[in-house]
Amino acid sequence: MIGITSYGAYIPYYRLSRQELSKVWGGFAIPGEKAVASYDEDPVTMAWEAANDCLGGADPKKIDGLFFATTSSPYKEKQCSAIIATALDMGDEIRTGDFGNSLRGGTIALASALDAVKAGTANNMMVTAADIRVPAPGGYDEGGYGDGAAALLVGASGVIAAIEGYYSISDEFTGEWRADGDTFVRAWEDRMALDEGYSAILPKAMSTLMSKHGLTAKDFSKAVFNPPIDIRRHGRVAMSLGFDAAQVQEPLFMTVGNTGTAMAIMMLVAALEEAKPGDKILFANYGNGADAFLIKVTDEITKTRIQQRRGIKAHLNSKRLLTNYATYLRWRNLVTVQRTRRPEIPFTSLAALKRSRKEVLGLYGKKCKRCGTPQYQPPFGVGGMAPTRICVVCQAKDEFEDYRFADKRGTLFTFSLDLLADVIDPPATSGFIDFEGGGRGWFELTDRDPDQLKVGMPVEMTFRKMYFDRGIHNYYWKARPVRC
Amino acid sequence: MAESIKDKVAIIGMGCTKFGELWDKSATDLMVDAAYEAYEDAGIDPKDIGAAWVGNWQEVTGMAGLGLSGPLKLQYKPVTRVENMCATGTDALRNAAYAVAAGIYDIALAVGAEKLKDMGFAGLVSSAPGGTTGTGGVSTTAPGVFAMLATRYFDRYNLSPQEGKRMLAHISVKSHHNGALHPKAHFRREITIEEVMNAPIIAWPLGLLDCCGVSDGGAAAIVVRAADAKKFRPDPVYIKAIQMCVGPVEGQMRTDYDFTHVEETYRAGIAAYAEAGVKNPRKEIGMAEVHDCFSITEAIIMEDLQFSRRGKVREDIEGGFFDLHGGLPVQPDGGLKCFGHPVGASGLRMIYETYKQLQGKAGPRQIKNPKLGLTHNMGGPPPGCTVAVAILGL
Repeated sequence: MIGITSYGAYIPYYRLSRQELSKVWGGFAIPGEKAVASYDEDPVTMAWEAANDCLGGADPKKIDGLFFATTSSPYKEKQCSAIIATALDMGDEIRTGDFGNSLRGGTIALASALDAVKAGTANNMMVTAADIRVPAPGGYDEGGYGDGAAALLVGASGVIAAIEGYYSISDEFTGEWRADGDTFVRAWEDRMALDEGYSAILPKAMSTLMSKHGLTAKDFSKAVFNPPIDIRRHGRVAMSLGFDAAQVQEPLFMTVGNTGTAMAIMMLVAALEEAKPGDKILFANYGNGADAFLIKVTDEITKTRIQQRRGIKAHLNSKRLLTNYATYLRWRNLVTVQRTRRPEIPFTSLAALKRSRKEVLGLYGKKCKRCGTPQYQPPFGVGGMAPTRICVVCQAKDEFEDYRFADKRGTLFTFSLDLLADVIDPPATSGFIDFEGGGRGWFELTDRDPDQLKVGMPVEMTFRKMYFDRGIHNYYWKARPVRC
Repeated sequence: MAESIKDKVAIIGMGCTKFGELWDKSATDLMVDAAYEAYEDAGIDPKDIGAAWVGNWQEVTGMAGLGLSGPLKLQYKPVTRVENMCATGTDALRNAAYAVAAGIYDIALAVGAEKLKDMGFAGLVSSAPGGTTGTGGVSTTAPGVFAMLATRYFDRYNLSPQEGKRMLAHISVKSHHNGALHPKAHFRREITIEEVMNAPIIAWPLGLLDCCGVSDGGAAAIVVRAADAKKFRPDPVYIKAIQMCVGPVEGQMRTDYDFTHVEETYRAGIAAYAEAGVKNPRKEIGMAEVHDCFSITEAIIMEDLQFSRRGKVREDIEGGFFDLHGGLPVQPDGGLKCFGHPVGASGLRMIYETYKQLQGKAGPRQIKNPKLGLTHNMGGPPPGCTVAVAILGL
């Protein structure tokens, strides 16, 4: 049996009420709110979050590869799945691949992962999808789009949801697109784009898969498929296939918005969170064609600790409202704001970064073999460069074993709120984190309410984008109050 | 067998420029003005200088010793550039003192200067070099780093934010009172507790008036062997101790560092007291110029230098013990708070005030009959820093 062995998802901490948009731009207020990735997140960091959730503490080195799907990749030439795999600590004997250019990328990656497992070239594969599609301000898309990520682990043992069949249609149909150099998504006149695209191609893939397996809508407990930007079309596709409203997985429109490449898989995660053994799910995804999957939930779903994933449900309930549209514009780099006069960021040395990759991207420190002290030498600042050579406690030289801090929680020993530093989300908050099991490090604090920070508060580590400079996206780790 | 520097070296001349936003002065001007005031004070000719040490942190006049030899047109002498963050100026003097004590040179010059206001930044320029790992480290500034001391100090000693801020406000009010009396200070305005407490927050709990200024300035000292000192002037000032303590930067990695003291200051103090033969610093030290980059830093230094007991500095601060006519006057010239902190110059500026106080030439700020004066510089963040402590006397 081949299928999904674990799932994970990620919804950013911040939400923007669609009321805020109508306050600024006028017009009809679309109900609900949208999820907004923080200024220090991108599809790479969000995919890391979802994959980390999906791992649920399992050994990342036992996974044979990672696929990453997005239409908003930070790089055109540089593989992002390799960054994510490094941050997850998967080792290097793995297959990585980026799937871009289509909102269907996540399910194309899923089918490829299933093929690999079926062919026996991989025992298991991590499939991630994340998007931060930036809508043009002032339009419908601005309220409609949201940010999010999802991850599925596929394999042949411990399957919680068997994938019994899948079917794809490729169609070069152009309804919405973004050309090289475009900042925002373009769309053709919606009657044509939807009638000839979404509403025609998606149900064709779904009905073909059903008929291949001799199934009808009544055989399924859930139909899970991504909505188009006109949310009403989602329900109409379901109706046309014979599904009633209760069978249709709700598309997170009121709470998250359309998360592009991540949308369908996020909805599948939400469906699996509620699924019972024996449930059949018709799962489909549209974008330059369509993919459809026949999924059967197994007994395994009740046996694993899968319910402890943050997934959709816990992430949905953990949020902070952005009360200011200008903050959103600033975070998306849609306005040029006056900067504090502070020194420019020093240039990144790719040679230094390569040498310290394990510490920078993997948050590795050392543990002294002589005195047993875990220690994290930072890869920046005064006082030496990571990794440490001399034990900070007993001064033993080069007697260390590797020690990973990324998966350790900690407490906030001291912190400050700095209004002088030039940061995108003032005040600059940083603090010293004392890790459970030993070791201390100095990190920025993110997804925090400055007024709620307290000495001794529990924190967890999260992988974030520090800044973009001279063509390089610089990733590192931050601490955040334990989210949920 | 290692020996103490005590009473082996004397300062026979000093100079100090006005500190401030010196838009009309270059780093060359600051070095020339400070050095020539020192030459005149010592009654020597520039050609008498045997060797020189120049301290600056952000070089602006050229790297190496050339940054001093060029501006002063020193004639083919050995000149070394010293960089030790905020302890730079004192370290330049330390090297000059050791050179004359060793008998290699008869007269040595130490100069510190910094032209921060040419950098164009709000706050202190960052020292981060290029070619890093690209993590950017942690986005913060000096106030952000030192605020973490206050956060922890308030927490440890159960001070409410109001109580803690009020204690710190006393420090700034005291320093501004003194600085208002010094013609070379950058800020010469008396301030009130309420002004300090209500000032805009820079990095909670530190407000604008808890922070020292960012200034330009230069200072210089001329040293000779103690035995020769009286040939130059009747009132030379003797070096009783110069100690440095440079930390292994372990407070950022070890969970036993408490953020309510600075180990380097504590250890440099102990070493300097031993070198100078000071048994009871609170009683024997007649005045101190310490590294008050922020009010909380000064509070903690008072405990680390054993002027106050651990956790009890608030009583001494609010009781006026460190006021100009208190039991142990601290920052009689107004400190970094009023002079600002041109990094390479600050150590020598502190020594300049101590030199003048010991000679009885401090004018309206004169402390009654001080016997020993202490200076203290601290460079870098509290979890790992470089500290210099000097003790001077007659």
